[in-house]
Amino acid sequence: MSFSVTEPNKSTKWFAGLLVVTYAVVTIIPLLWIIATGFKSPADSISYPPVVVFEPTLEGYVNLFTDRTRATDDMLEAAGPPQTWYDEIARKRGTIISGPSRYGERFLNSVIIGFGSTFLCMVLGTAAAYAFSRFRVPLKDDLLFFILSTRMMPPIAVAIPIFLMFRNLGLNDTHLGMILLYTAVNLSLSVWLLKGFIDEIPIEYEEAALIDGYTRFQAFYKVVLPQAATGIASTAIFCLIFAWNEYAFAVLLTSGTAQTAPPFIPNIIGVNGKDWPAVAAGATIFLVPVMVFTVLLRKHLLRGITFGAVRK
Amino acid sequence: MAEVSLKGLTKSFGDETALDNITMTVPDGSFVVLLGPTGAGKTTTLRMVSGLDTPDTGSVSIGGVDMAGQTPAQRDVTMVFQQYSLYPHLTVRQNLEFPLKSPILKTPPDEINRKVGEVAEVLQISHKLDNKATALSGGEMQRVSIGRALVRQPSVYLMDEPLSSLDAKLRSDLRVELKSIQANSGATLLYVTHDQIEAMTMATHVGVLDNGKLVQFGTPREIYENPVSVYAASRLGQPRVNILPADLFGPAPSAAQTIGLRPEHIVQGEGQDSLVTRVEHLGDQTRLHLVFKDHEITTVTHAHTELNGGDIVKIRPNNPYYFDATGARVA
Repeated sequence: MSFSVTEPNKSTKWFAGLLVVTYAVVTIIPLLWIIATGFKSPADSISYPPVVVFEPTLEGYVNLFTDRTRATDDMLEAAGPPQTWYDEIARKRGTIISGPSRYGERFLNSVIIGFGSTFLCMVLGTAAAYAFSRFRVPLKDDLLFFILSTRMMPPIAVAIPIFLMFRNLGLNDTHLGMILLYTAVNLSLSVWLLKGFIDEIPIEYEEAALIDGYTRFQAFYKVVLPQAATGIASTAIFCLIFAWNEYAFAVLLTSGTAQTAPPFIPNIIGVNGKDWPAVAAGATIFLVPVMVFTVLLRKHLLRGITFGAVRK
Repeated sequence: MAEVSLKGLTKSFGDETALDNITMTVPDGSFVVLLGPTGAGKTTTLRMVSGLDTPDTGSVSIGGVDMAGQTPAQRDVTMVFQQYSLYPHLTVRQNLEFPLKSPILKTPPDEINRKVGEVAEVLQISHKLDNKATALSGGEMQRVSIGRALVRQPSVYLMDEPLSSLDAKLRSDLRVELKSIQANSGATLLYVTHDQIEAMTMATHVGVLDNGKLVQFGTPREIYENPVSVYAASRLGQPRVNILPADLFGPAPSAAQTIGLRPEHIVQGEGQDSLVTRVEHLGDQTRLHLVFKDHEITTVTHAHTELNGGDIVKIRPNNPYYFDATGARVA
């Protein structure tokens, strides 16, 4: 690591600080806007000029999580007084909640598929990377290049063959199918990233463990894995973000049981006119798991991104 | 404790021959130092004994048992590495416990505590036991590393230049410590170094390696006083043995090509004139750099010598070594 010899002067620091803050604000505004929109009424959400100060409402969230039917006054009368706070919100718009929406299921699908494929990718990726890093593998360089080459085209280019394969194997619209697909797409990059991290761990540690009375697998588990944790965590974030955000395959290969949140959110738009607060609420909730995961692992992520920039 | 016996060990890495037919017996309870420059095959020999590498041909046996096909864990050896010696994600205590907790030893907890405590005491690291391994200084790390070897009572201790990354003071302290630990426990120790002082002070036997071949094996004194070749003679002694044309001082044995003179082989004040070019006062002794018939010679003289650069001093060889054209000793 190197540091500049002269301390930057005060005005330079101020300028740099200002630049960073400006950049942060510019990048964070869209995020804040979508979060705010989730709490706006439909009228506020499309008003022009846009309103910054508004009366928050949970209507968007209620609409996101429920299916509602438009009711006549007679029907409202017949249904009796609203039982719950969300019932009350729906009544104000002249609708009756007919049941929960599909968003909960879709969100859960995203969690299962996103985290499932990330987990599988880490297990397979770490094992492959360890083998490439430590063992004499015939045609190692060619294999590594081949693995990387699968990442050189956009995955969607093979959408049609994958669609046909999935149909024949009965994997269409299944959790397993999506987990396998996202794992396959992410695995190449994971192997490369993880190999880099494992290469950096001196082999002496494992050799010491072998001599200390452990088997190769135990040495891997007790010595290599803890030291590779940083690399595994940052690679996992990359994988999760891809699987979490993936849209094209999700549209093509899922429609019901295994549909993830990204293709579902646009559906909301069409149901009862353009319900932007509900869309924004869906997007906000959708953000949370990746944000939590990333914040929890942020130290590792930073090291993962700068990895390779500094060579010892 | 056990005897280690190497028979005809040969190992190549691609075109490089790392070990060439090494046969050597490390007696039970001895402290054997393998000496040689980088690339001589010292570390490879250790790795063969430890089982981290397997020989192409030849055999390793420990305590009379052939080690072919045995994993490092099964061989009951321990090894101290030159660097990267501690598990960085563990504390000092966990590092010391690590070998005891292995599935092979499965030491009961109270015994682990006792042994770790004992070793920490010997190596004066008791107060650091709960530090993270990475929070130690280089010297402390290496002490813990040696400690990790000592918590077990293996058949053989293997050490690969364990002191080379330490400063001079610590190195000499640990040298004394290691030697006394070995002497008290009667352990068999195979030790790799290129530091001749370590070899001279600690070894009961020295093996001199050259390009994968074992060129001489014997006590440090034997190797110092009776080297088999120019190469072996050059490994020990400071200043180094002077290698000069055989007939420089007069008639030489017929096969001799070169004459080898250690400082004690050069009698001063008798014989032929040589020119003093430089005088280095080292405190306990003084080094003299001489030129004799266009050849440079380095020798030592007493600490308070009156000689200065430009002076003339008479010298004469006394019981020198003679080597033939291949470097082998002829007389």
